[in-house]
Amino acid sequence: MASISKLNRHQARTAYMFITPTILLFVIFTVVPVVMAFYFSFTNYDVVKNRDWVNFDNYKRLLHDDLYWTTFKNVAYYTVIFVPLNILISLGIAMLLNFRRFGVRLFRTMNYMPTLTSAVAAATVWVWLLHPEYGLVNTLLGYIGITGPAWLAQTETAMLSIILVTLWQSIGSNMIIYIAGLQGVPDYLYESAKLDGANALQRFRYITWPQLRPTTFLVSTMSIIGALQLFDQAFVLTQGGPGNVTKTPVYLIYQQGFNQLQMGYASAQAFILALAILIFSIVNMRVNKSEESVV
Amino acid sequence: MSVKSAAAGAARASRRPAVSASASRLFWRIVFYAVSIAISVFMFLPFFWSLITSLKPSDEIFSMPIRWLPSRLTLEHYRAAFTTVPFGLYFWNSLVLAASGVAANLFFGSLSGFAFAKLNFRLNKPLFRVLLAAMMIPGIVTMIPSFYVLKHFPFAGGNDWYGAGGNGFLNSFWGIILPGASGSFAVFFMRQFFLTLPSDMMEMARIEGAGEFRIFWNIYWPLTKPALATLGIFTFQAGWNSFLWPMIILNDPDKATIQMGLQAFSYNHQTDFGPMMAGALIAILPILVLFLALQKYFVQGIAFSGTKG
Repeated sequence: MASISKLNRHQARTAYMFITPTILLFVIFTVVPVVMAFYFSFTNYDVVKNRDWVNFDNYKRLLHDDLYWTTFKNVAYYTVIFVPLNILISLGIAMLLNFRRFGVRLFRTMNYMPTLTSAVAAATVWVWLLHPEYGLVNTLLGYIGITGPAWLAQTETAMLSIILVTLWQSIGSNMIIYIAGLQGVPDYLYESAKLDGANALQRFRYITWPQLRPTTFLVSTMSIIGALQLFDQAFVLTQGGPGNVTKTPVYLIYQQGFNQLQMGYASAQAFILALAILIFSIVNMRVNKSEESVV
Repeated sequence: MSVKSAAAGAARASRRPAVSASASRLFWRIVFYAVSIAISVFMFLPFFWSLITSLKPSDEIFSMPIRWLPSRLTLEHYRAAFTTVPFGLYFWNSLVLAASGVAANLFFGSLSGFAFAKLNFRLNKPLFRVLLAAMMIPGIVTMIPSFYVLKHFPFAGGNDWYGAGGNGFLNSFWGIILPGASGSFAVFFMRQFFLTLPSDMMEMARIEGAGEFRIFWNIYWPLTKPALATLGIFTFQAGWNSFLWPMIILNDPDKATIQMGLQAFSYNHQTDFGPMMAGALIAILPILVLFLALQKYFVQGIAFSGTKG
């Protein structure tokens, strides 16, 4: 008995030793910063000299900061278009490439390749592809008689271009997740549905889609969190322009905090953004849940 | 006669569905390949076009109508990319940062993952839950305070023990390596893998008198190769591709990463599309090579987490 408890004590000691580096780093770079972010959002911290408590001044200022709400509107527009398209296209390609046919592995690899690129490299390549005169996209559109717009320079198309580039980059990995999900759907469900005379559309509606709900939940949550924190592509493709239509909250927080050194105010902005992400995630959770009761 | 023709008709009728079934199978096969190829070509086209552009002579880049294939291949844009900015140095910096991130995460992640999966201690469940929940905190919240923590890190970069006086870990690789050295995802991923390994090897080794670290290092660690390969790929990719945080931490141009270098280049040379494409391809290349070389581990990892995760 004594030796067992001694073994347990020994084991616990080893375990604490094993997790010490992880926990230390976690405390220093996650726990402390979260607390500090909250504290900073009530100060006028500016790196150089000030760090005074200013009560709710930052939050009051934020309410009347038109640019901040513009960036919110931009990123909401982006999210509302990007997330559903991301799910639909990834799922569509996953269902297509879930067939066991010759060449499927090659197709999957080609679809996955864009996810390997960095946001900066992808944006750099697409700046060239979307070039109004010499770009490949407008040349291809020209073949079918369409005069393409100046994608990145026009207010109507700038955000659409960013949606296009980020979709190109994110479809591949979501496709892989969906293929894994599809392979987990038991075959007998489809077989019995076929016996009952269900057509392809009904089989998708009543078997595939409900069975994939956990996968869809995962994919949609991840893409919402990512979409609301859009930065890299907007920074490289359009520098937030034209006329701030592609400026995102993270972009603004970066400028406010690290260019203008208003870190207190930027922290308040970051907190409100985090709140928005939380709300979007909860809404997403509700949508996924409510559908469960309908089906 | 009517019976005969009816029989013939029946035979014909029974043959017709067979023919139309195979015809429709052929039809769907053609549709499948047409759609698959169209999508795959679209997804691949940016790679093809940037490669072609990077190998074209300068005057052919801006030709109307566009030239799908260059008249001759040239490496001048690659030379230009490496001589106008120190691209080789940026490449090396990114390599050091990404490789350190991989080494740290594989080591600390599997140490903690092992402890959470295989060892009994009172805070096991609560601590793991906290780590997991913290993965939901958006990175933007911790961005500014992490900068503060790094700037005022005691004894680093000329700081006194009070964290004042110097610049801490700012403008140093540590400022990028340390915050990500033991990511929650790495811990979670390795824990899930260790959970699937049997525990009786541990009991046996204990009876033989092996210490806990030896059990971990000599018995379990070698079994985690596929998981380490998968985690390594993801960590390397994340480190290599990261942009915002290095841009915040590193001010010294000699310490810039390849993503920062590429961004600065395309910002300062907005019409030099040849060198720009060359630079972008160089920035993609290591991940591409890694993916193609380790695709086997990669697929194994996905299959593993798909079936047992």
